[in-house]
Amino acid sequence: MEIISQIVFIVVLVGSSVFFGYNVKKIINNMRLGRDEDRSDNKSERWKTMARVALGQSKMTARPIAAVLHLFIYVAFIFTQIELIEIIIDGSAGTERFFQPYLGGLYTFIISLIEILSLLALVATFAFLSRRNLLKLPRFQKSEMNGWPKLDGNIILYLEFILVVFIFTMNGADEALHVKEGGESYGFVLSSIYGTSVFGGMEFDTLHMFERIGWWGHILTVFAFIVYLPYSKHLHIFFAFPNTFYTKLKPKGQFTNMESVTNEVKLMLDPNADPYAVPEVDPNAVPQKFGAQDVQDLTWINILNAYTCTECGRCTSECPANMTGKKLSPRKIMMDVRDRAEEIGNGIRKEGEKWIDGKSLLGDYITEEEIWACTSCNACVQACPVNIDPLEIIMELRRYLVMEESKMPSELATMNTNIENNQAPWQFSSSDRLNWKDEA
Amino acid sequence: MSELIVPTMAEMMAAGEKPDVLFWVGCSGSFDDRAKKITKAIVKILNKCDVKFAVLGAEETCSGDPAKRAGNEFLFQMQAMMNIQVLDGYEVKKIVTGCPHCFNTLKNEYPELGGNYEVIHHTQLIQDLLKSGKMAVEGGAFKGKKITFHDPCYLGRANDVYEAPRELLQKLDAELVEMKRCKAKGLCCGAGGAQMFKEAEKGDKEINVERTEEALTVKPNIIATGCPFCNTMMTDGVKNFNKEDEVEVLDVAELIATAADL
Repeated sequence: MEIISQIVFIVVLVGSSVFFGYNVKKIINNMRLGRDEDRSDNKSERWKTMARVALGQSKMTARPIAAVLHLFIYVAFIFTQIELIEIIIDGSAGTERFFQPYLGGLYTFIISLIEILSLLALVATFAFLSRRNLLKLPRFQKSEMNGWPKLDGNIILYLEFILVVFIFTMNGADEALHVKEGGESYGFVLSSIYGTSVFGGMEFDTLHMFERIGWWGHILTVFAFIVYLPYSKHLHIFFAFPNTFYTKLKPKGQFTNMESVTNEVKLMLDPNADPYAVPEVDPNAVPQKFGAQDVQDLTWINILNAYTCTECGRCTSECPANMTGKKLSPRKIMMDVRDRAEEIGNGIRKEGEKWIDGKSLLGDYITEEEIWACTSCNACVQACPVNIDPLEIIMELRRYLVMEESKMPSELATMNTNIENNQAPWQFSSSDRLNWKDEA
Repeated sequence: MSELIVPTMAEMMAAGEKPDVLFWVGCSGSFDDRAKKITKAIVKILNKCDVKFAVLGAEETCSGDPAKRAGNEFLFQMQAMMNIQVLDGYEVKKIVTGCPHCFNTLKNEYPELGGNYEVIHHTQLIQDLLKSGKMAVEGGAFKGKKITFHDPCYLGRANDVYEAPRELLQKLDAELVEMKRCKAKGLCCGAGGAQMFKEAEKGDKEINVERTEEALTVKPNIIATGCPFCNTMMTDGVKNFNKEDEVEVLDVAELIATAADL
């Protein structure tokens, strides 16, 4: 019986890990759809940013209640890994509480800590579920959350709830079992109290069954979570780290320079340039678009951003366009990039590099109306707890529209013409620039 | 009112002189009637402190900021490179701007195109002038008034300049009250990203109305800004609430110039 249980455990462990690895590889390949961008500079600053923002959760504090609740789940998640390692050892080797004899008093402390953190995580889970479903916080009710994203957010929280219930069942029944067998209490801070009072009256076999249900339930929920993760919005638990590492370190107001344009402008302004010269053509060069029409025109960091997004909606709730009823929602921009990357990735995996579906990010996912509503104020970038940059994507889409398709609101076309002709966005003459000096 | 002394770079060069700092006026500051008053306030302060400065005058052109934010990188780079040629021709080292948009573009986006200058916003320059004792300000005119500062996005979030304008306002003996959304969380006036030059997309409210509404909740006598676009948007917002007789929208430079009796 023992050996069968060990085999089942190992099969499930290996199966879910392989499945997870396979799906993560797909996601990483989807990120590779994007253009190259080198952000390997300034490593020490990057490590510091990652430690501060991802590990230290520094940007969460802008909303203190959510920050504390999230911290409960975050810290519980990290410490539970210790127990998880033990469960994996116990499950594979057929041992019971493998670490206990080695760690002694420290073991009691760690499991007690996990029990307290699990309780706090349970409180946070209820709070989060009620924020989404009872209090109906506006940012969780925006149109981009309809359907799957709303369900996805709830599934994660249900799993969290189930997980904690199983932990407490496991520890409580085990405590009662241990005492019934004539041993002393394990002394874990919570289960030593509720263990005997809740489970104490049960028969030996019932207790054993509850302990096993708790143990298996816990680990199977963990495996289910691992399998589910790549299909969910919850990947921030991993990607928050690389994402913050590769944060733009330049001032937020500095937008990317388009080098392809620089070369042409330099040529135009060079009095010695031969306008009829035939440029050297690289036969292998892929013609590059200006700006982004689809996910492949974005950088891999933009796509990493999209997979890191956990749809918390802080960006959208801070967006001046969104709060005044415009269609733009920075969160939707990120979700659209991710969903389109998935679509392209799946298509290419099925039918090869030549796959096309006649659709594109701009137009089929994101409309022109959305991107023209942006004031480039950087509120979304500031608000993101994991340093996602929706503004860079919005700018790339604008660049495509303007430079490839000459499509823009007519007032902006007028503005451009004015700058070209009068060197000012309004129709004033350059020679009048200093008139203010002599005006009363 | 004494005459403003506004030498151009060309005049200075002809006289064999070099200014310590170039005052980049910007298109708003040059052409917009309201913004011209801000420009003059800045010049009054520069004159008062005997700052050796010059403007480009007719040789100044749009920094390219609105073109870049509107997605027209070609036009932006054309403007930028032409400006860099002019600036380098005059061997400019230090620039003070009257507008956070020019400030951001010149400071952050010109270096990649070969234009490297020390660029500061006018509130930073005025702060330096007060610190070094070249000018003293007494709060008299604003004593007891309530002032709230609206952070321009391209000064604040974009470049992390939050304290320079606030330190100046604190010199006025006035009561500086913060809006709920201030500094890094400051709400945009609605004009950035080339929105200044177009109608807003369809929605249920104008952004400047949303922002002005917030500013009015702290019951200020004055809404201070550091950007000509923000000034326009907030002024329109105040008019929208028919409060123009009670609430003034002024640039930090104007407040300092008035306080110093310039």
